[in-house]
Amino acid sequence: MDLTLNASGADLLERARRVAAIAEKHADHVDAEGRFPREAVDALVSERLLSIQVPAELGGEDTGLPQIAEICTVLGQACAAAAMVFAMHHIKLSSLVSHGIDSAWHRSFMRQVVVDQLLLASATTEGGIGGNLRNSICAVSVEGDDCRLEKDATVISYGHYADAILITSRAHAEAASTDQVMTVFTRDQYTLERTHVWDTLGMRGTCSDGYLFKGQAPKEQILPKPFAEIAAQSMLATSHLLWGAVWYGIAVNAVTRAQAFVRAAARKSPGAPPPGALHLAEASSLLQLVKSSVVAGLERNEAAKADPELLSSMGFAVAMNNVKIGVSQTILTIINHALQITGIMGYKNGTPFSLGRHLRDAHSAQLMISNDRILANTSNLLLVHKQDTSLLG
Amino acid sequence: MMNKQVRQLLAQYGSLPAALEDLGNDADLYAAGLSSHGSVQLMLALEDTFDVEFPDNLLNRKTFASISAIEAAVNGLVGERDAA
Repeated sequence: MDLTLNASGADLLERARRVAAIAEKHADHVDAEGRFPREAVDALVSERLLSIQVPAELGGEDTGLPQIAEICTVLGQACAAAAMVFAMHHIKLSSLVSHGIDSAWHRSFMRQVVVDQLLLASATTEGGIGGNLRNSICAVSVEGDDCRLEKDATVISYGHYADAILITSRAHAEAASTDQVMTVFTRDQYTLERTHVWDTLGMRGTCSDGYLFKGQAPKEQILPKPFAEIAAQSMLATSHLLWGAVWYGIAVNAVTRAQAFVRAAARKSPGAPPPGALHLAEASSLLQLVKSSVVAGLERNEAAKADPELLSSMGFAVAMNNVKIGVSQTILTIINHALQITGIMGYKNGTPFSLGRHLRDAHSAQLMISNDRILANTSNLLLVHKQDTSLLG
Repeated sequence: MMNKQVRQLLAQYGSLPAALEDLGNDADLYAAGLSSHGSVQLMLALEDTFDVEFPDNLLNRKTFASISAIEAAVNGLVGERDAA
């Protein structure tokens, strides 16, 4: 999966690195002010990285999830908020690519994403559902050729800056809370009234404010597949894998900073093992575990992606849940090792070894879809799903 | 017979918000509100009632998509059990 192995992969990586260089310059300011990573997102637009996932027949670059994940890791090392915006955008795009490819409206919308480099946001969270995105209270209502939706969306990441929002609701007024659809509304088709302010410990630049969403659009903008299928077949895996790639990037950068610190100490007193070197070795081992978990998840997803049955199987869901749980927990331990190594220099802001932003950003990982919720889901599945006993299978 | 038992277990363990009598045998159970939690509880009850075990290849959405689909899966497993 090495991106440098072919010309288009190497080109993608070059483009991602140019964006990362810009993102890195502004990362501390984005974090301090809790502002949108405008420079990084503008760079994503000018490098045309927002549409790489769109099929070539619609003007995109046919880029697969592993390559997109690699870009998430590149960006995650520079500015976690910018990387997360990129990841969330591509999670939404994956739903369109996987489930909108047979619908005329969604095909033409994907062309528009390519031409105008549209930024897509997600509105799955709703006041009153207790964080379970597979439930909705609000319902889309179809009258004539139009559909209308009003939603108390307590979180819409970068909602204010998005060009379109993919939003979940019940399929109709009488539908069960789990009978959901997802609809695409473009900027000119909705209003947002801000209800919650995103002033948080970390991931401050995602600007995930809450809004009262009111939209009206032609009814063909409702995705033709039930949201349950979209969630199981594209969102679950794509979210956990791309988030995992961002989180891995945060940890990689923390370890890189810690390693620079250890090396500087080693140069000052040659012959004596620098303090912190053992921590670095431990962090390196954990980092490898995280990387292996994300890569194994990406490979499993590649193997399953052509088979909807495999994608909605329990074994696949357990595996993806495990990637999310393992990575989100382990990066905190890794960054803590890095902090032990860098000491006060890491604890302080504004040094080459500062780790405060990394640690705060990384703390979001356990909470964006709470690990407790995911563990409860996995534990339910494990009542019937049998443990895989092979090494390679 | 099987249909009646499946319906009974679905009512007991499926945690569906809708009344079961209104659901046709081919109605989409997920649209009717069957959750992943509900389907697992139902599966455990089916395993116990019919003395069968669902293999991993049946642990997917399709198997529990409708009452007919559940019946077909359980019938298949009961057939295999009796043949063994």
